[in-house]
Amino acid sequence: MLRRVFLSAVVLALTALPVRAQQDVPVIVAASDLQFAVAEIAENFTKQTRRDLKLTFGSSGNFARQIQQGAPFQMYLSADEQFVFNLAGKGLTLDRGTLYAIGRIVIMVPHGSPLKADGTLADLKAGLADGRVTKFSIANPEHAPYGARAVEALRHAGLWDALKSRLVLGENVSQAAQFATSGGAQGGIIAYSLVLSPAVSKLGNYALIDDRWHEPLRQQMVLLKNAGETARLFYAYMQSPPARAIMRKYGFVLPGESS
Amino acid sequence: MDWDALWLTLRLGVVTVAILIPLAMIVGRWLALTHIRGKGLLEATLALPLVLPPTVVGFYLLVAFGSGSWFGQTYQKLFGHALVFTFEGLVVASVIVNIPFAVQPVQRAFESIPPDLRDAAATCGMSWWRMIRKIELPLAWPGILTGLVLTFAHTLGEFGVVLMVGGSIPGETKTVAIAIYDRVQAFDDVGAGRMALLLLAISLVTIALSYIFTQRLGRRYA
Repeated sequence: MLRRVFLSAVVLALTALPVRAQQDVPVIVAASDLQFAVAEIAENFTKQTRRDLKLTFGSSGNFARQIQQGAPFQMYLSADEQFVFNLAGKGLTLDRGTLYAIGRIVIMVPHGSPLKADGTLADLKAGLADGRVTKFSIANPEHAPYGARAVEALRHAGLWDALKSRLVLGENVSQAAQFATSGGAQGGIIAYSLVLSPAVSKLGNYALIDDRWHEPLRQQMVLLKNAGETARLFYAYMQSPPARAIMRKYGFVLPGESS
Repeated sequence: MDWDALWLTLRLGVVTVAILIPLAMIVGRWLALTHIRGKGLLEATLALPLVLPPTVVGFYLLVAFGSGSWFGQTYQKLFGHALVFTFEGLVVASVIVNIPFAVQPVQRAFESIPPDLRDAAATCGMSWWRMIRKIELPLAWPGILTGLVLTFAHTLGEFGVVLMVGGSIPGETKTVAIAIYDRVQAFDDVGAGRMALLLLAISLVTIALSYIFTQRLGRRYA
């Protein structure tokens, strides 16, 4: 019995070992504000070219760190150009990349929240004063660009010091959106591109925050040193009219266009 | 349902068990019989992953295996890719965090074999191999099985270390536990719920099977 169990385990293990992808299916990592937009673009890309992509969404800062650690990604869509420039400076990318979109932030409040979705953040200020706000969600500003921009907007509005102790930090902007809408927090500052997807917009109300209140979210993408043909094709596809139309639908301002 | 993630997770569990259980049998039996100085310290070291936060283990693995380290660079030269963010890297991480789950039950099992039995076998002229196969393994079997099941079940559920050294690459390092986390972040509660339920069911069945097995074996050798 014992021997049979181990033999079958070893056989299974050996058949399981050759896992390295044989064909060219690149791993593409993207900032989580692209969760819906790039997933949709990738779907169209796969339909047209019959080439598969492996998409992973997360915080731009974490991906930059993983790329430095030798992660086998072929393309990186950051929510902030600085991460891309740093990697390029270390010689880890093909070039300095391309600006593909400019992101916007919104304040979102879930249904039933005592807060109003007020883009001037005036109601947030009032809510802090009268105690309606106990928890407010943003992405972790240390490695998520949308979190850093949210902090800048809160500072601009003079709310940072009052709000600091009531913040819940999402690991990335998608998790921040999760926190902001799940009812545990009274609201949050998240990506416009996320609230424009039906899955999120049905969870509450939102209002755009003036983009002069924070540094622009200049989103840069780049091919990494080991990029294969499929990754290169997708890089070009991201700049094609059909992809730009989808990005526009999700509220991104595109390079060369005005909002 | 993310079948890729499920298949990957099961594969990770099987590979971890296949590597770790034979090692645990050797180390566990040796620990059960030895009286060397510093045995306590050695046992404590092997038990460390039980109490260390997974982020601590993950951090050290990242530092040790990353492309900045001597080991990481050598590995990269030999195999052409980094060890972190690959399935092989997950296997290594998984073997390390599961050491106590495999070694401890095996060691207890060998410890509970009365020394008289070994002496009697030797007196009867049994060879060492025959004694292991005919006496020790049948008696230690419930402990080995417990170690196997705990390791397998724990691998299915490991999250923190996988998150830190895995990088959530579909088909390569995205286990079910990570896929659930991803689905929640993508506002796909239905998908997350389905996978969570499946993981719950698999874990329950695995643990239940081990209880049934050990009870039966316990009765047989009681």
